[in-house]
Amino acid sequence: MVGQVTDPAGGPSALRHAEEVMGTVVSFDVRGGEPGAVRTALEEAVAGLHRVDEVFSTYREDSQVSRLGRGDVTLEQCDQEVAEVLASGAEAERLSDGWFSTRYEGRIDPTGIVKGWAVERAARHLAASGADGVSVNGGGDVQMYGVPGPHRPWRVGIADPLRPGGLAAVVSAAGAAELAVATSGTAERGAHIVDPRTGRSAVTDLVAVTVVGPRLIWADAWATAAFAMGSRQALDWLESLPDVEALLITAGDEVRCTGGLAARLG
Amino acid sequence: MRKSHPVRRAVLAGAATVSGIVLLLALKPASDPASAQAAGGVAAQRSAAAQESPQGGSGQQTGARTVTGDVATTQYGNVQVRLTVSGGRITAAEAVQAPKGGVSDQKTALAVPRLNQAAVAAQSADIDAVSGATYTSTGYKQSLQSALDKAGG
Repeated sequence: MVGQVTDPAGGPSALRHAEEVMGTVVSFDVRGGEPGAVRTALEEAVAGLHRVDEVFSTYREDSQVSRLGRGDVTLEQCDQEVAEVLASGAEAERLSDGWFSTRYEGRIDPTGIVKGWAVERAARHLAASGADGVSVNGGGDVQMYGVPGPHRPWRVGIADPLRPGGLAAVVSAAGAAELAVATSGTAERGAHIVDPRTGRSAVTDLVAVTVVGPRLIWADAWATAAFAMGSRQALDWLESLPDVEALLITAGDEVRCTGGLAARLG
Repeated sequence: MRKSHPVRRAVLAGAATVSGIVLLLALKPASDPASAQAAGGVAAQRSAAAQESPQGGSGQQTGARTVTGDVATTQYGNVQVRLTVSGGRITAAEAVQAPKGGVSDQKTALAVPRLNQAAVAAQSADIDAVSGATYTSTGYKQSLQSALDKAGG
């Protein structure tokens, strides 16, 4: 729980922290702002993530979502955030023509949208505390606000799924007050993305899809949906979405990008 | 593979792929052995000879531009590389033309993405976060993000 404050030469103070939560590790990098206010906001953001895990985890029998799925409680009896997240999930399902889904084997399972929503909310809370720059990385999905210093933007490396330790590209948040980078793939957790039409692991020619957009809740959902679609359909669909750029890597080691991605590289 | 240190692995991969990029771009496999400096030299040389074009469209960020190299003939077929340059540094590279068909497909599949990796490997020290397929708490320990968190700035 202890954050580390450093003072990079020429830049504002940095508060960094890595928290194990939601089955992964969430890394915080917060620059500038009033130190006391930022530290308090970080503690609140971390507590918020643990609360999300308690409420939404499908691995916990006693979570509200598990009880909702069993019919033990109604949606009205759950925290208001449950309805909010399920509504966002339904929106993602509609906009992705069913490729994104918050149901698994007939049961409510908002897992695919919870992390993006929660990490975005944590980052926003830190930005609202007066920090100049916020980067929160939830297990490989990043939400950024502001800038890390006066002379440079946030920069996010995209892991190369076929060469562990290597990067396929670098995305810059230059000129963007908010930017999210989300990646879906098979590299770390195996085939965990389900084709909602068959209920089985998605059959796809892709090994990774990275989506760049203003908000992580959507970038994360679009990366998941696009991964399940396969490269051909995914690229056309992603091009049709406003404010969204993407980089796709196929099992054949080909890299495909949306038309505007190049402007975000650097 | 998972046991080796990610940063060291990246450096090794970078060194290996720098050789690849030099071989491809220099088009003389038997010429001067590859080195990081040689790769930079080749990239700069190509930039000078290449057709530079600012990113099209409006509202693009300033500073980032693509440089499309001349078509190079290799023993496997024609190769043309497009580099993205920002602040004088190569931030991405992709092949816009690569050999297709027959035996050379396999070699292309290996060579082309390595151009990307070699180009960005040199920049990897200057990133704040890494996006990739979701890692578990265990996977985090071997991740580049973990290395960045430890570096603390």
